[in-house]
Amino acid sequence: MGKYLVMIYDNEAAWAAADPSVAETNHKNHQAFAEANGAALRGGAQLGESSTATSIRSDGSGGFVVTDGTFVETKEVMGGYYLIEAADLDEALSIAKQVPSPMGGVEVRPIINGG
Amino acid sequence: MAEAHSSEWAFVLAATARVAADLDLAEDCVQDAYAKALVHWREQGVPRRPGAWLTTVATRRALELRRRADVAQRKLPLLVPEPAEDSVEVFPDDRLRLVFTCCHPALAQEAQIALTLRLVCGLSSAEIAKAFLVKEATMQARITRAKHKISRSGIAYRIPRLADLPERIDAVLDVVHLVYTAGHTAADGAELTRPDLARRGLDLARMVRLLLPDSGEAAALLALLLLTQARQAARVDDAGQLVLMEDQDRSVWDRSLIDEGLALIHEALGWPAGRFGLMAAIAAVHAEAERWEDTDWSEILGLYDLLLARWPSPVVALNRVVALSYVEGPSAGLEALRSLADDPALATYPYLASTRAELLRRTGRWDEAAAAYEEALAFTSNAVEAEFLTRRLRRGA
Repeated sequence: MGKYLVMIYDNEAAWAAADPSVAETNHKNHQAFAEANGAALRGGAQLGESSTATSIRSDGSGGFVVTDGTFVETKEVMGGYYLIEAADLDEALSIAKQVPSPMGGVEVRPIINGG
Repeated sequence: MAEAHSSEWAFVLAATARVAADLDLAEDCVQDAYAKALVHWREQGVPRRPGAWLTTVATRRALELRRRADVAQRKLPLLVPEPAEDSVEVFPDDRLRLVFTCCHPALAQEAQIALTLRLVCGLSSAEIAKAFLVKEATMQARITRAKHKISRSGIAYRIPRLADLPERIDAVLDVVHLVYTAGHTAADGAELTRPDLARRGLDLARMVRLLLPDSGEAAALLALLLLTQARQAARVDDAGQLVLMEDQDRSVWDRSLIDEGLALIHEALGWPAGRFGLMAAIAAVHAEAERWEDTDWSEILGLYDLLLARWPSPVVALNRVVALSYVEGPSAGLEALRSLADDPALATYPYLASTRAELLRRTGRWDEAAAAYEEALAFTSNAVEAEFLTRRLRRGA
């Protein structure tokens, strides 16, 4: 068994332009996903939009540079995640395929330490 | 020994990898077993079942090393059964595990190809690098990265779940097809083909057909490769010059490969035709024509239509244009070619320009044809193909 982080990447502009009913349906779909995969879920959350992000970089001499915004500028930003446990990558992928992500997709990464 | 290497490698490595639970460790153990065989077989003769001998030696070594690692790390000794010759049952399933692992869709396709050639075919990184014209260090890094991903991301050494099987079989067949086509017409260089790579592709197709007896597409892929390979000797003349199918001496075509390919297709007829099924059927129409003039182009055109409807691709569309030109004439072909001319996927594809050149030549529009031959030449890196295009240019001038 291994743990995997399923990161949901969304196009925020598409969400902003979408009818509120789309978000409502998406919310219900996430609840359904969580119920169907309860045994594998170890955690998960929705994140605030990228405009609420703050990034911190070490400046190389013991200090920090704090900036407004996401760490990497991309059209699709991470909007939520699930932590899952699966026998192998195939199982993790089959769970990840069920994660609702109507405005983008998901990235699956193995947890190497901790989790 | 060389024979044992090419025929038994996949068997031995696949079984050892299951025991070793680590691809690098398995590779080391298998290489070690071949080294031992070199000494042992010279003294005692080649054993009755070389593959079983090698597997026994390699798995025993793997168990030993694993046990040692476990003792060092976890103080949990493994109980190691003492394997004797012929006692290790080598299931073909192990090779299937290996093939599916190498061709896992979570790996980039070029990594799938490299891993398959390395782990299933037993080629060295240097040989694979040479076949794909990249530096050995680059190929080595590609393989290391892929193995690292397999172990880190938990790609299991297993046969896929039933629900995933069709998609996973497709990935395997794509890799085998790409290995063969890379050998069939070399992207670069002085020779038209890379015969060794083509042979590996054919070997892989045979193996996959054996391991997946219920897959119609696996049978169809093997048929396609057999029928293509059958024409191999006729593609280049004694002077090393390219000969188009139109001018090929069909008596040189390998009858036994054709018979084998056709038999496979007839066997596969009951299945719904997949991508390789349709491609094999097209190759079969060519194989069944005794002379170029006997080619049933309507049949071929119909097959390309089916192929294009379900698996649209600019290359298939281009091949369809050629078939169309033999059914409705070169002008109709040129007309159909227009919609493809702006496809970015074909922008540097030499066969787009060379097809246009051939169609223009057949309609007698020589000046335009010459320009198209020149364009094709600019995109061709294969010396034999370039020589052919140059000859065509000269003949018209």
